Order: sequence, then structure tokens, then C-alpha cells
Amino acid sequence: MSIIVGYLPTPEGTAALEAAISEARKNAKLLVVINSSRGDAFVDKRYAVDEEISGIEERLTKEGIEHLVQQPVRGNDAANEVLQAAEQHRAELIVIGLRRRTPVGKLIMGSTAQHILLEADCPVLAVKAGQEP
Amino acid sequence: MDVFSSLMDGFATALTPMNLLYAVIGVVLGTAVGVLPGLGPAMTVALLLPVTYALEPTSAFIMFAGIYYGGMYGGSTTSILLNTPGESSSVVTAIEGNKMAKAGRAAQALATAAIGSFVAGTIGTTLLAVCAPIVVQFAVSLGSPSYFAIMVLALLAVTAVLGSSRLRGFASLGLGLAIGLVGMDSVTGQQRLTFGLPLLADGLDIVVVAVAIFAVGEALWVAAHLRRTPLHIIPVGRPWMGKQDWKRSWKPWLRGTAFGFPFGALPAGGAEIPTFLSYVTEKRLSKHPEEFGHGAIEGVAGPEAANNAAAAGTLTPMLALGLPTNATAAVMLAAFTSYGIQPGPQLFATEGPLVWALIASLFIGNLLLLIINLPLAPVWAKLLQLPRPYLYAGILFFATLGAYSVNLQAFDLVMLLVLGALGFMMRRFGLPVLPLVLGVILGPRLEGQLRKTLQLSAGDPAGLWSEPIAVGIYVIVAIILFWPLLMRLWRMARPEAAPAVAGMQATTVPDAARTNDENADTLAMDDRATDTSQTTPAGRQENP
Repeated sequence: MSIIVGYLPTPEGTAALEAAISEARKNAKLLVVINSSRGDAFVDKRYAVDEEISGIEERLTKEGIEHLVQQPVRGNDAANEVLQAAEQHRAELIVIGLRRRTPVGKLIMGSTAQHILLEADCPVLAVKAGQEP
Repeated sequence: MDVFSSLMDGFATALTPMNLLYAVIGVVLGTAVGVLPGLGPAMTVALLLPVTYALEPTSAFIMFAGIYYGGMYGGSTTSILLNTPGESSSVVTAIEGNKMAKAGRAAQALATAAIGSFVAGTIGTTLLAVCAPIVVQFAVSLGSPSYFAIMVLALLAVTAVLGSSRLRGFASLGLGLAIGLVGMDSVTGQQRLTFGLPLLADGLDIVVVAVAIFAVGEALWVAAHLRRTPLHIIPVGRPWMGKQDWKRSWKPWLRGTAFGFPFGALPAGGAEIPTFLSYVTEKRLSKHPEEFGHGAIEGVAGPEAANNAAAAGTLTPMLALGLPTNATAAVMLAAFTSYGIQPGPQLFATEGPLVWALIASLFIGNLLLLIINLPLAPVWAKLLQLPRPYLYAGILFFATLGAYSVNLQAFDLVMLLVLGALGFMMRRFGLPVLPLVLGVILGPRLEGQLRKTLQLSAGDPAGLWSEPIAVGIYVIVAIILFWPLLMRLWRMARPEAAPAVAGMQATTVPDAARTNDENADTLAMDDRATDTSQTTPAGRQENP
């Protein structure tokens, strides 16, 4: 059993990671950090740089949390990557960050968070930026 | 003063609001495709060719000129911020430019690239305006045998000098010449390579060929290599330069221009060789040689100036002789033909106003590029976040629309797909695209000159070397063809010179003819380029 967190190098992503860490600390479970890109653009700001990833790994090691940090680039969107990881690791909790979207933005762009919320087989904890869990 | 007054007339034409608008559209589009790796000005001009049939030729060429120069500017942005050259001519810029950016000097690197491009482009365009009429005066005295020889030289030089493999280059050239042969023979009316299809009797439309090879081939190639680990772009503010940077930049700009223009004007020019020469020179002359390899501003200023000067240089043989030496010039030449304008030395006489407006628009385009590039570099970098499926879907749409609109025949769409598949296979097997496109465009004109020569000499092949200039050019052709053999003999004779020679050879053969490099390739290329620049001086030290 494990906790999956969808991480992005944004305030929302950081908030999600913080929430996931405090959950993992409570139950001492495997924490799987997923940071994914479809890999179809030359530059993807949502794909974390190596320094960030190693920073996260260092911190998790220091906290003594069993962890797995993955950066899959397989042409899938982030929601599918998180859901796949959840299935693979038999997750009991998925943690994601939510960001503020205008109604028009929601209509046009679709929502990764919505996809995860609707499709996940386990409870999903949705965190907003700037909130203490 | 004739040149000056013609040029002023050209400015008068180019500065009308409509033409100015087309110049702006051109430079914006050009910068955009220059920034995006894999897309180049040649493809953009080919895609826009059918769209511009409705325009005045002058407006269309003003736009094409903007795209051409814009592509040269845009390539440097990607090189510096991403270490992925947007254009083959910016490969060298990436070596120092990216190091500068990593050291937090991206703003200075972008500024020296943009201002250097402006300086070199302006000087280069001035040289073009001065040199082209002189070349024309010389060229009108040439007969068919000399023309034939010059075209042979251009085709062979582009094939043999650029690109990593001569065999692949010649294979590509052969394909191009074969495609150029399709259709009815203009002298005897025989059907050639038509396979009994009446639709092929008119030959293949150059727009269809160019769009298929550049756009469809590239789109298929990208579709086959879609997923890749995203790169990290270095954030940058508004480009600017300090006093020290100016002091260190202006000499490399001028030296880069001096390298770029003649190489661009030569039939085998291209922008890749002068950029490399400029880099090596700056490295040798620099007062801060220790900075090279860690972000020396001279290593950005020189090559960027060289590639823009080469862009201006390339237009000299294109306008004065009707001889394109790179892909964009080739497509522009095809555009002349499709407007019913005969390229060649008569061009300045018959289409004077158009040509001078084109040259004037190059000056204007250069200034526009400086204005839109200096403050907007970070905005251009955002283009790289565009998901490529959207981008290539749009390109395929335009390609299909363009190919269909030329003749309104569904058959052209079939040809588009067939040739697009050919373009994909060429990329797959590492065949350079440029010799093919030049073969298709120059092939029929080459044949025309050959036949004229043979008709004049009543079928006697001796007519081919009846002019002294033709003989001289054939000697150069022979040297180019037998160069590897000569090098090998020389190396056998003087084995101790081998390292220096190896270094020099690798220098002249960067895998540059392919404008569509996958990231891995370009990085490998960079490595190789850096290696070479390091081995060359080392080799020299070994044998004083």
C-alpha cells in the first residue's frame, strides 16, 4: 500500500507534496512522487529539473520516508500517469494540487485534476496552494 | 550613383504601408520558424508560396526576404537558451552561447547575437547591393558553356562539401535530378519518366516537391520521434550589453561579416562553414582564450555575424546569376519562376524595381528584426512550449492546402504524400535534403544550358569547354571531386601531418546540410565541433 503524489514545480505541486509527506509521515508508507510530461514540446515547464528532483529525494531520505520519485515521459498525460502508478503500487491515497481556473479555462483546457478525481479507485486528497494541510 | 538611386527607388517601394506590413509578417514568421528546431525558412517560404500567388510579386518577395533573415536571427535564441540549434547555421553559436546562458549571461549573449546579426546583415546587404550589379556585368558576358559549368560547380560543391557523407549527398542529388526530369522534353516533346500518366506530362510542380520534402517529410519524421525528455530553458530577461561586452563584440562582428559574406556568395557557400571559421578565429585571437568553452562572448558574436552575412551573401549569386546555394534561396528562385519571372543575369534589367525593392526590404527587415528581437527574446522562447502535434497538424494542413491549390488536382495530393514519404525516408537514412531540392530546381535549367551549348556546337561535346571560364571552373570541380583522394595521398606522403589534416577535415564537414536535427544528433554534433576546435590547435602544436 502506498501514497501517490502528482508533483509539479509550482506552488500547487509543492502544496500537494507537503500534504503527501505529512500523510506518509503519519502512516509510514511508500511515497511515490510522479512528475510527468507528455514530451511532445521542446520545453515543458511542468517537468521538474534534476536539482529539484534530487532536492525532493534528499528531503524524503532525511525525513526517513520510503520513497520512489518517477519522471515518466511516455506520451501519456499526467492524469494517466498518476492513475497508472496508483494501480501499479496499489495506492490507498492519491494527493494532487488544485489550481484556480476560470470557467472558460476549465471549458477549453480540460482538467487533469478532474480526470484523476473521477477515475481513481482510491480516495483523492486535493490540496490548494498556500494552505497548510 | 546608379546603384544608389535604384536602391532609393527600392526603398520607396518597400516603405509603402502594405509592403511594410508584409515585411513585418515576414520577420515575425521567420523568427518563429527560426526559433523552432526542425522548421526552417525554406519550408516556410515553400508553404507560403501558393498563398502568395494572389499578391504582387514585390510584396511576396519582401515577405520571403523577411522570413529568410528572420530565420537566421531566430536560430540563435534557441541555441543560446536551450543548447539546441534552431537552424544548422546556429550550431556553433550554441557552443559558447549556452555556456554564457548557464553562467547567467543569457541576456548579453542574446544581445550580442541580435546586434551582431544586425550589423552583419546591414553590411552584408550593402555589399550585396554593390556586388550584385558588378557580378551581373560580368555574368551577361558569359555564354551557355560557362553557365553550365557554374551550375555543375554549384550542384557538386553543395553536394560534396556540405554534409557528412558524399555518397549520401550524391544519392540525394541524383534523386533530385531525376525528379527534375519528369515531364515532357522541351526540345523534342518526348515523354520522360511519366509512366504513361498524362498528369505527369507537365512535370512535377516545384511547390509540391518542396512542400512535400520539407513540410510533410519533417512532419512524418517528428511524428515518428515525438516523445522526448523535455529540455530546460534558461530564463532570461531583456537582452542588454555592458560596455565591456560592446568592446569585446565589435571586432568579432566585423570579422564574422568578413568570413560570412564571401562564403555565402560562393556557389558552395552555406552559412555553416563561415560560422565555424569565425569561431576558430575568435578563439585564436581572443585576449581571453581561457574563457572559450566557458561562455566567451566573442564565440557568440563572431559566428552570429557570420551566418547573417552569409545569408546576404547567398542572395548575390541568387539574384545576379539565378544560382541558389541554399534551400531558402532555391525555393525563392522557384518562386521567381512561378511568378513568370526569369531568374538569371537579365533579372536586374528586366525586373529592376522588384530586385531593388527586395534589397531595400532586406535593410528594413534587418532593422525590424533588431527591434522585435531585442525586447521580445523571452517571448520567442515561449514558442518552444508549444506541443508539437498542434504545430505539425497546422503545417500539414497548410501543406495540403498549398499543394492542392497550385493546380486544383487531387493527383498533386498523391504526389505530395509519395514525395513526403520520400522526405521521411531521406531523414531516416541520413540523406541531406538540400542536394535534392537544388537538383529539382537547377536540374531543368542545367539541362537547358547543356542543350543550348550542344546545339551551338552542333552536338560536339568540345563545345562544353569552349570558353576559358568554363575550363577554369571544371578545374575547380575536379579539385572538389578529387579532394579526398588528394588529401589521402598527401597524408601518405607526410604521415606526421595527419592529425592536423584530420582536424581540418572534421572542421569542414559538420553535419550541417540537415536542418532538422534531432536533439541527440545536434548535441553529438556540438561535441564533435568542440572536439575539433580543440584538436586543431593541438595538432598544430605537434608539428610546428
